Amino acid sequence: MSIDSKEIEKVAVLSRLKFDQKQLNEVTERLTSVLDFIDQLHQADTQGIQPMAHPMDAVQRLRADKVTETNQRDKYQKVAPSTENGLYLVPKVIE
Amino acid sequence: MHNKTLSEISSGLKNGDFSSQEITRHFLDRINRLDPELNSFITVTEDQALAQAIQADKMIAAGEQQALLGVPFAHKDIFCTEDILTTSGSKMLANFVSPYDSTVAANLKLAGAVTLGKTNMDEFAMGSSNETSYFGAVKNPWDTNRVPGGSSGGSAAAVAARLTPAATATDTGGSIRQPASLCGVTGLKPTYGRVSRWGMIAFASSLDQAGPITQTAEDAALMLNAMAGFDPKDSTSVDQPVPDYRANLNDSLDGLKIGLPKEFFASGLDPKLEKTIQQAISEYERLGAIIKEVSLPNSALSVPVYYVIAPAECSTNLSRFDGVRYGYRCADPVDLEDMYTRTRTEGFGDEVKRRILIGTYVLSSGFYDAYYLKAQQARRLIKQDFVNAFKEVDLLMGPTSPSPAFKLGEKTADPLTMYLEDIYTIGTNLAGLPGISIPAGQLDGLPVGLQIIGNYFDESKLLNAAHQYQQVTDWHKTTPID
Amino acid sequence: MQWETVIGLEIHAQLATESKIFSGSSTTFGAECNTQASPVDLALPGVLPVFNEEALRLAVIFGLGIGAEVHKRSVFDRKNYFYPDLPKGYQISQLHHPIVGEGHIDITLGDGAVKRIGVTRAHLEEDAGKSLHEDFQGSTGIDLNRAGTPLLEIVSEPDLRSAEEAVAYLKKVHTLIRYLGISDGNMAEGSMRCDINISMRPMGQDTLGIRAEIKNVNSFRFVEKAIAYEIERQVDILEDGGSIVQETRLYDADLDETRSMRSKEVAMDYRYFPEPDLLPIIIDDEYIEALRANLPELPDQKKQRFSEQYSLSSTDAEQLSGSLALGDYFEEVAKISGNAKLSANWIMVELNGQLNKNELDISGSPVSAQQLGELVQRIQDNTISGKIAKTVFQEIWNGNGSADEIIESQGLKQVTDSGAIEALVDEVIAANPSQVEQFKAGKEKMLGFFVGQIMKASKGKANPAQVNEMLREKLKN
Repeated sequence: MSIDSKEIEKVAVLSRLKFDQKQLNEVTERLTSVLDFIDQLHQADTQGIQPMAHPMDAVQRLRADKVTETNQRDKYQKVAPSTENGLYLVPKVIE
Repeated sequence: MHNKTLSEISSGLKNGDFSSQEITRHFLDRINRLDPELNSFITVTEDQALAQAIQADKMIAAGEQQALLGVPFAHKDIFCTEDILTTSGSKMLANFVSPYDSTVAANLKLAGAVTLGKTNMDEFAMGSSNETSYFGAVKNPWDTNRVPGGSSGGSAAAVAARLTPAATATDTGGSIRQPASLCGVTGLKPTYGRVSRWGMIAFASSLDQAGPITQTAEDAALMLNAMAGFDPKDSTSVDQPVPDYRANLNDSLDGLKIGLPKEFFASGLDPKLEKTIQQAISEYERLGAIIKEVSLPNSALSVPVYYVIAPAECSTNLSRFDGVRYGYRCADPVDLEDMYTRTRTEGFGDEVKRRILIGTYVLSSGFYDAYYLKAQQARRLIKQDFVNAFKEVDLLMGPTSPSPAFKLGEKTADPLTMYLEDIYTIGTNLAGLPGISIPAGQLDGLPVGLQIIGNYFDESKLLNAAHQYQQVTDWHKTTPID
Repeated sequence: MQWETVIGLEIHAQLATESKIFSGSSTTFGAECNTQASPVDLALPGVLPVFNEEALRLAVIFGLGIGAEVHKRSVFDRKNYFYPDLPKGYQISQLHHPIVGEGHIDITLGDGAVKRIGVTRAHLEEDAGKSLHEDFQGSTGIDLNRAGTPLLEIVSEPDLRSAEEAVAYLKKVHTLIRYLGISDGNMAEGSMRCDINISMRPMGQDTLGIRAEIKNVNSFRFVEKAIAYEIERQVDILEDGGSIVQETRLYDADLDETRSMRSKEVAMDYRYFPEPDLLPIIIDDEYIEALRANLPELPDQKKQRFSEQYSLSSTDAEQLSGSLALGDYFEEVAKISGNAKLSANWIMVELNGQLNKNELDISGSPVSAQQLGELVQRIQDNTISGKIAKTVFQEIWNGNGSADEIIESQGLKQVTDSGAIEALVDEVIAANPSQVEQFKAGKEKMLGFFVGQIMKASKGKANPAQVNEMLREKLKN
């Protein structure tokens, strides 16, 4: 499966990553080789095989509906890049 | 003193042969002296360690009996540790002082163990050589021109160099076993769900599992006793009692059925390395085990399957690193999109970005069925191979990695050759099985690891087999530096 | 050209749980910002979700309430996109295997006709936080208290054909989720809000036109106005020969218009895949049947029973069956008073009026069903007139005792003693000879005048029916 730099650029936008032209060429080359390799997958006969999302095929456990958390805003916001009056600040969002 | 095993340190403390302060000080001095060259630690928590040691000495004097009370160890820097820097080897978290403890950290605290610091690792555990760390590569103590393996390279190198008697680690595709193999130490990846993932910074959620790196299997049992357990905070944690993993260490191996997957001994394996592995297997025969060839017919699929599933999961696990609530934020963003894009472009290293791109690609519309769904189906085939094999045998054995430690920079140019480092270890992660790597010989002065794979929740049997081997061999006692 | 409007609604209802869907944080509305945001809600590195059993229970109850198939296996997926109020960079939702499958909701239209609206599915997901744009120069503030609040997203078929139908459907869902205790449905607090998918097509055409999606509309009135605006906008474009752009739009209530959302311009690809931190939810028949067995009589069934059993009008039956508490209250009042229609009247007019005025709902009514029942009984047995009853009601509301106590202590008992009434009638006739003349000359209206005078003289206590009868008798002579 070959992938061109246009597709890489699209995927980069979705991932919020940016590459300059030189990097883009390099990334494209490397990803092409990885994707070629991954394509071995298509040799597998998986017809009728149930997809496996978890190794144990286990079932979700349920949590009791109880409030167990207390307010620790100051502690959690100590590691934040930018806060004011208890809010996290980001550059203005335009809707 | 630093060559003592965890078990020896534990009994020495209880017998009053030395204090926790003394042994902790000893390891801290060793780290200060030797680690500048090895770079196996990102953070050394000297003050906290000594404070914990003083506390432990008081508790020992008061007659408290926890197995790891006062015993020093180190955490891979992937485990959140309250009030201590937790970086996951990334610039993204280079300033992240965790406000909470992972369950593994909390469990070891409860057991009374003393934290020496946080060990270096591949960025977000993505790598097999520890060269992707933002904090610089870790050197293999056996040859400082070589890699220690990864991603738990810091933990493996630190235990090998006897900078710590034990370290926690994580394994997503071989990240405990491969560095253990390359550094000549014992590394155990438990069954998926055996150790809680709460507070362990996620790489690939359905594959990640924490385990110990130690000198011996007995020490691994001791560490796993403290680390394992059901955790209501982790939906994938398994609610099953934790046995005393030391209980069966001395069981006889007479009649034990060991399978050798023929695919693990096919082309790609260094013939000299194969010979070393065969010698280790002969040792098991002498111990009474029955050796048998088995087949894992779909094992060739494991690396491609892994490189769909792991990047897919990681690409979204890493979306939370957006510069909003913690971690790195780029300087002077002009708008929101600029903040996201520059924060992530500047904060992540190349390999991480590569995997995010692959993961985003295989999940994007139009490719999902061909890649992700297909990989999930093939994953079941791989698991089924193991299930079938374990109908015939008790344990599987083979090499941990295709070659001993390689040179720094040797495989960084081509991601694919790096990915193939994990060819023998990845299958167990996909299936969720436990595996261990133990030192089983040397090749040109470099350690070689034997991998043992067990059935679900058969950690006791794995540790029993590893321990028995270590009773009749000395490979686990050889050290690179005094 | 004649255009047909095609509307489908995606309703988001916050589930009435104590704690969040995947964490132990409180869901209480109105707390100080970010004080109800735990490590899971903040998406700190290493945190993991665990599913709240109450959210599951409420979702299943909804499914049973709309006659839908409840799926015994449902799966959480990650929906990936970047937004500052979405801390993980993905929302945990359910795409391929929702908890609730196809069901339906019947709505009653203005002309009394009933229309069945298909519900495609309802799935569980987590709410996002809030972005506050106003208070900061060049910055947006993020409050994550709401992040992780459990939501049930209820997706309708494109079966709605007008704003009226859309509002009727929305109201019906609103009634049902409150009735079943699934959500408080408080639209002002955002507990229920909806996305409107709307398109136009030439009348008679089968294929759907290109739709616009209006996001996050949070009142019945705004839904109506947003649809009206959007119909006009789309028809204008289409009649000018243009075509509709498939896009996300925002309804601005201040300007009463919808506009394209710039933040959604970047091409979306949500990359849904099964959430690896959560396992499939598996429930069995026993679980479902236990909830079904405990399901109360549903509003539609109750409405029909009220119409039949109590001969209530369709409007009264619908209103009184709209909440469990109100329905129970009505039935108790009716039982005590022995007159269901009169009971319904009193609840709908007097009680509701007072409750609305005081912003109370039925559970906070100072007048108990027992008290109102006794009052209605006293009207029914002619102890007091309807007019006097209003005074008594006010006294009960003010906490001054039961109907009988108030009637007794204030001497409000209706005069039915014909001797006493006759004396009053005679007195009034004697005092108004010219009016008597007018009546006798054929001015029937004057009867009202005499009744009024007599009631006044009796301080409202005379039985009006008796007064009427006796007046006619006397004036004939």
